[in-house]
Amino acid sequence: MMWLVGAVVFWLAAWAVNAAVARSALGRTRGGRVFVPVLFGVTVLVLWEGVVRGFGVQPVILPPPSLIGAKIAGSAGVLWADFVQTVVKGALSGFVIGVGAAFVVAVAIDRVPVLQRGLLPIGNFVAALPIVGLAPILVMWFGFDWQSKAAVVVVMVFFPVLVNLVAGLQASERMQRDLMATWGAGYWQTLVKLRLPAAMPFFFNGVKIATTLALIGAIVAEFFGSPIVGMGFRISTEVGRLGLDMVWAEIAVAALAGSVFYGAVTVVERWVTFWHPSQRH
Amino acid sequence: MKDTLNKAAPVIEAKGLNLTFQTGDGPVHALKDVNLTVERGDFVSFIGPSGCGKTTFLRCVAALEHPTGGSLTVNGMSPDEARRKRAYGYVFQAAGLYPWRTIAGNIALPLEIMGFSKAEQAERIERVLELVELKGFGKKFPWQLSGGMQQRASIARALAFDADILLMDEPFGALDEIVRDRLNEEVLKLWAATGKTIGFVTHSIPEAVYLSTKIVVMSPRPGRITDVIESPLPKERPLDIRDSREFIEIAHRVREGLRAGHGDEV
Repeated sequence: MMWLVGAVVFWLAAWAVNAAVARSALGRTRGGRVFVPVLFGVTVLVLWEGVVRGFGVQPVILPPPSLIGAKIAGSAGVLWADFVQTVVKGALSGFVIGVGAAFVVAVAIDRVPVLQRGLLPIGNFVAALPIVGLAPILVMWFGFDWQSKAAVVVVMVFFPVLVNLVAGLQASERMQRDLMATWGAGYWQTLVKLRLPAAMPFFFNGVKIATTLALIGAIVAEFFGSPIVGMGFRISTEVGRLGLDMVWAEIAVAALAGSVFYGAVTVVERWVTFWHPSQRH
Repeated sequence: MKDTLNKAAPVIEAKGLNLTFQTGDGPVHALKDVNLTVERGDFVSFIGPSGCGKTTFLRCVAALEHPTGGSLTVNGMSPDEARRKRAYGYVFQAAGLYPWRTIAGNIALPLEIMGFSKAEQAERIERVLELVELKGFGKKFPWQLSGGMQQRASIARALAFDADILLMDEPFGALDEIVRDRLNEEVLKLWAATGKTIGFVTHSIPEAVYLSTKIVVMSPRPGRITDVIESPLPKERPLDIRDSREFIEIAHRVREGLRAGHGDEV
């Protein structure tokens, strides 16, 4: 009972503090803008802790955040190895290869319009394949290690980037292409100096979708065969052993990695497309 | 020197020019039997209602459209050859600056494509920015400038590579009257300073009369020339020349030409 009352009291107090800070001049300073969301996050954790302990919820159903924190601290070595295996080796390399391939194919499609009718439907078809069917096949082809996970990521990432970039390459205005023509610019000059820069806002839409797909693909692909390391492997085996605290620890790492990945792409996007109305402040 | 230039071949020469677009509703006669000679240093305005082919004619000169009949030469060459020789700068109705490049970067773009050295690019950018009174704005981005300043930057861009023909397609159509007056004055100054041949499409009778040495009146369906007026106005033109009797007489004749072209159609 104490836990429940304590959690509710903390929640109400934090709420009052946040409301006061947000309304005061402090809320517009840099520190204030960081403080408010951080206090909100802490409040969620405290409420979670209090409710789980207050009602005596089984850790298998929902462990309290303190237990998850302890697990993360206690098995940092395992979590790090899993992170490197799944995120760095599987997701990131697949992401780079997939985005790169989509880029090359998009330009090829643009240069040779026949390919648009041929390659786009194939890309569409591959993207429509269910990952639970595709992953075991790719594991058979590329082995149990990270290469097969990267292959799954390539397949998942390729299509959204391709479709967005192909659309983006059509986004330059006719007048701007006419201008290039009056200066006697060739295809490649027009591509590099006009059409690719104009396509970047579209391209980054695709890349941002791809970041989340890459992580999902790399983790889920490990369910279908992997060495005894990796986030997907750990999740599936720990669920079997009712080690739900480890599952939650992996989820926390995955959420953090996904947010940082997405955030990094957003930073690059802001740097590249600073000129676009959606980025001007 | 000036005389020898004047005796040279005409800058733009159209003979029996025809252009028919094939559309879903059947052929559209955009230009019919257009004959026109533009001499070096002329300031030629094309005026007429929408669909009279004035923009289409300019686009033919710039090799952005290809005539279906007749002959058209630019500096004695075909328009395509003239384009490869960078014979003209083109200014569109909208400034069409690239938002990811600064003003200086935008002016550098045609220079990069044409392979000018970095040093020469910088020197030319400085010169044309001064010419259009945008000195000091080179590091700004287009979206940080007003519409009139953007259009001046696009004129600077068209001037940067020293084409001797400047083609302007309603360059000030989207600007308000006050900015327009100022830019008209500036264009005249530019024309006097550079001695370029200018082709200028407009909807505005006062603009056409104020700027031109030659006014080409056109009418639609099919697009054709109904009158060519050689302006007797002096080369020096203060803004208040627009209240003079000569000016009003020319404007009247342009209006008559436009009305006659319209009457044919009914």
